[in-house]
Amino acid sequence: MQLIALTPWDLALAGALVLALAATAWPMRLELARPVLVAAARTVVQLALVGLVLETVFARGSVVWVGAIALAMLLLAGREASARQARRLAGGWSFAGGTLAMFLSSFVTAVLALTIVIQPEPWHAPQYAIPLLGMLLGNTMTGVALGMDRLTSGVGHQRAAIEARLTLGDSAADAIEGLRRDAVRAGMIPTLNAMAAAGIVSLPGMMTGQILAGAPPWEAVKYQILIMFLIAAGTGFGTLTAVWLGVRRLFDDRDRLRLDRLR
Amino acid sequence: MTGLSVGGIGPADFDIAAGACLGLTGPSGAGKTRLLRAVADLEPHEGECRLDGRPASAMPGPAWRAAVGFVAAESGWWDARVGAHIEMVGDADLDEFGFAPAVRDWSVERLSAGERQRLALLRHLAVGPLVLLLDEPVSHLDADLIGVVIARLAACRQDGMTVIWVDHDGDRLGLVADRIARLDSAGRFSCS
Repeated sequence: MQLIALTPWDLALAGALVLALAATAWPMRLELARPVLVAAARTVVQLALVGLVLETVFARGSVVWVGAIALAMLLLAGREASARQARRLAGGWSFAGGTLAMFLSSFVTAVLALTIVIQPEPWHAPQYAIPLLGMLLGNTMTGVALGMDRLTSGVGHQRAAIEARLTLGDSAADAIEGLRRDAVRAGMIPTLNAMAAAGIVSLPGMMTGQILAGAPPWEAVKYQILIMFLIAAGTGFGTLTAVWLGVRRLFDDRDRLRLDRLR
Repeated sequence: MTGLSVGGIGPADFDIAAGACLGLTGPSGAGKTRLLRAVADLEPHEGECRLDGRPASAMPGPAWRAAVGFVAAESGWWDARVGAHIEMVGDADLDEFGFAPAVRDWSVERLSAGERQRLALLRHLAVGPLVLLLDEPVSHLDADLIGVVIARLAACRQDGMTVIWVDHDGDRLGLVADRIARLDSAGRFSCS
């Protein structure tokens, strides 16, 4: 089975559906038409740019190009994870901590998967490395953002409880144990839900894409299982690392809670 | 304490003998609570606190706070069940402070402000601090229960526990404290 190439007309027909939605919403004053059209335009422009970049990277295929793309993806993911937190660590620590956590988890997981499990030739073949890293970073970013957001917002609400334990002689690690557990759990919930619902509620995106591209369903299933395991590991280790770094920053070397380090 | 200051409050210089009680009073907003928090090493500060001649900086933060307990005016609770907070408190102590053992099974939500105040004090006493810092410790208690708390603290002082008691009620401080210190509205510290 071959991939059926889409023509501009095919995309225009799908775009007409979006226009129809906007035209329907407009007279109903739902304030939906403009956001839908803007989002559709962003989708076209952003994906077209990504397509151009990927075409270039795929054509050259060098590890330098793949590394540059990976670095750009990492920095953008770090910025996005930081921006999604209602209260951030001051001095760029939210960005730095989140980016470091994503680097350690997503990059290590991706490199292990490429060199030991999938083993493309070369191991950094962009057709494998970039989509794999993209999926890992996207999910890890959500986990890191949710985990850090729960930590930094919760520490303000639970200040009295945390300091009550400190005043009884507990260490910082003991005093924030409950909140740290909540934060890690919050970061993992989307991934756990996706794993639990995989194939039941909907077909996962990558598996659907592979089947549409002509891959045998069983091969698509195997890749999807692999990806979900990698995402679970990457998100889990990323969230654990980010929350651990966040906790370290929220206390000083005297185990004092430092809310002045939040903004 | 030598040159203790935090956020423009102080500096405070004073010594307290083992088993003594220093009262600290002053107008609302003068910084009494922040000064206590600095003594408990809950926030960064200038100056030095010593316990039996040993500076706080020579001890890990948790060890200092176990020895120098701070009972906040509004106590914090980290578990929904009361029992999780008073595991080290005996039934006799609960009874002395007006509680049946069944209070361990209560929800924290159910506790009144006065009940929270008494339980928070009990859980600190159970740790056995050498110094206890009390921030308005009886503000929600009636006269009978205030008497119970004062009697218990007097017994602890007999055993050598030192107390710093913050209260806006100068008359009450006159009853419980050996010396009275004062913070004025500008945060200046003076001690009689």
